[in-house]
Amino acid sequence: MINQLARLGHKGLSKLAAFGRAGMILFQSLVAAPQPLIMFPLLVKQIYFVGVLSLIIIVVSGLFIGMVLGLQGYTILVDYGSEQAVGQMVALSLVRELAPVVTALLFAGRAGSALTAEIGLMKATEQLSSLEMIGVDPLRRIIAPRFWAGFICLPILAAIFALVGIYGGALVSIDWLGIYEGSFWANMQNSVDFYDDVVNGLIKAVAFGFVVTWIAVFQGYDCIPTSEGISQATTKTVVYSSLAVLGLDFILTAVMFGEL
Amino acid sequence: MKEFDDVVIDIKKLSFSRGDRLIYDEVDIKVPRGKITAIMGPSGTGKTTLLRLIGGQLKPDSGSILVDDDNIPELGRSDLFNVRERMGMLFQSGALFTDISVFENVAFPIRVHTDLSEDMIRDVVFMKLQAVGLRGAHDLMPSELSGGMARRVALARAISLDPDIVMYDEPFTGQDPIAMGVLVNLIRELNASLEHTSIIVSHDIQETLGIADYIYIIADSKVIASGTPEELSKVESEQVKQFMHGLPDGPVPFHFPADDIVSDLMGGQQ
Amino acid sequence: MRMRILEISVGAFIVAGALALVGLALNVSGLNVSNSDQTYTVYARFENIGGLTPRAKVTMSGVAIGEVNEIILDKDELMARVEMNIYGDVDFLSIDSSASILTAGLLGEQYIGISVGAEDDSLKDGDYIEDTQSALVLEELIGKFLFNEVSE
Repeated sequence: MINQLARLGHKGLSKLAAFGRAGMILFQSLVAAPQPLIMFPLLVKQIYFVGVLSLIIIVVSGLFIGMVLGLQGYTILVDYGSEQAVGQMVALSLVRELAPVVTALLFAGRAGSALTAEIGLMKATEQLSSLEMIGVDPLRRIIAPRFWAGFICLPILAAIFALVGIYGGALVSIDWLGIYEGSFWANMQNSVDFYDDVVNGLIKAVAFGFVVTWIAVFQGYDCIPTSEGISQATTKTVVYSSLAVLGLDFILTAVMFGEL
Repeated sequence: MKEFDDVVIDIKKLSFSRGDRLIYDEVDIKVPRGKITAIMGPSGTGKTTLLRLIGGQLKPDSGSILVDDDNIPELGRSDLFNVRERMGMLFQSGALFTDISVFENVAFPIRVHTDLSEDMIRDVVFMKLQAVGLRGAHDLMPSELSGGMARRVALARAISLDPDIVMYDEPFTGQDPIAMGVLVNLIRELNASLEHTSIIVSHDIQETLGIADYIYIIADSKVIASGTPEELSKVESEQVKQFMHGLPDGPVPFHFPADDIVSDLMGGQQ
Repeated sequence: MRMRILEISVGAFIVAGALALVGLALNVSGLNVSNSDQTYTVYARFENIGGLTPRAKVTMSGVAIGEVNEIILDKDELMARVEMNIYGDVDFLSIDSSASILTAGLLGEQYIGISVGAEDDSLKDGDYIEDTQSALVLEELIGKFLFNEVSE
């Protein structure tokens, strides 16, 4: 009994310590003494790996999700004779929820796991120690640019996802199901508000980008530097960031749209 | 312990433990300037840990590590980085940065710590690569190098700022005989020509005996013997003999501590 | 050269992101920059606003001329006070205009319809529309209908 209590306490303490380390990493890589000049080329490189290379999966998924929304929305709305509202449904669900959330989940799987594996491997092959011995802080050199890249890329990817998705929905509804083009767009424009819907969706994407990248770089930096440790850390990145994104989405939605 | 004329690293009463395991227990080590000092011992005795302690990547539980007059465990972040500028370290895996070329790897410390022009950097990098015989490989990526070549590039990077102290972490492990011979010669020649202090951590007895001026043998979290290679070969201690001659069993047991084998074997039938 | 391709693609990526945002703003949300800049505020008191919400349309003859900004309960008059932002170029609403809360379709959203009166003076910033007609609430309608049946 006492032993189990002690084990619980030990576990709680180690989790708490991990949170502390994650906070330290966040602080030291972002807040303490940023070096914009050195960082810029590194940042460009990371935006390429994290953002540009994720573009294809984002565009393809966005297109298909938009098309499915158009199709499903139509079959439901046609029963009520309000199939013109399909544009509004596609746009609102994409802009408010699906674009930030699905982009963040795909991003965690595509870029987050890669970040964790890369940093973990750098740790395992002593590259991080080697940087330290050369006199370069790996937090600023390795972690900070990756962090900013994730932070910048996720809103961009989410915006692209939403737009591609809406055009996918338009493709299905207008060209295939024969909804009148004018009412499709007009309904959408009447119901989607730039500040309340688009901007709030982007704020969500920024928050998710922050959380997913934070988890990814922390898991990489804090992993046990063996092949097992890296594979565990990569799994943890995907699981934790997916859970964090979905949980945070509920909180943000409640704050942003709960009043309305 | 012998007194040296000129000590560059002076470790006094160093204790370090990882978790519940004591790795160093009040260890004293002195490293003479300009010589090759080897730290030897069986695997798992924390030899690499010692290099990390000297480099300030780990903090000891107690004791001091004086590099000239700087006590490493007490230095602040920026002072520590200044001291590290004087140190080069060759990691066991080479630890080349895999995303940049051989040339950029060697140039990296120079770019970080100096404001040299691109032409000057180029000259320095080519000189260092020439010293390890890999000038022709300057535009290869680290993934295109063999293990031995990668270690030589890492050596070129470690000496790119002409450090006072070069630390080698298991430089001979996992190398074929030719690459091993090349490395042994390189370490000896670089030490003689660049006049820096070398510290080698290794368990490869023959190679290390061949180049070291002074040797410490570590076991059971203590220094169990020290001296020149000739002195060590005359030591009578069973433990030292076992290590020096590579005997399979002795004071360092072949068996990991376990229960009596009979009770383990009978265990299934009871 | 490799670095250059990388830089170009990153630049293109960021431009694509900016274009997507502009597309979302203009094409999807129908953000109209010129109108939202200059608006003037008009108030109206209603007995009952029904399901009217902020951001609902304000229309005249079916054309949107502004939107509802805020709805509060006026403690003195014990009525709902609706604050509307009317586009600056719609400056011809006479002071005897009437505002009524209408419903788009049977189950659709509620909005405010304004019909213009006959006076020459127009509404200014901060003016009240006096002539208002509340939202139709289904329960009240049914109640009235039943009451009339019984009394007859």
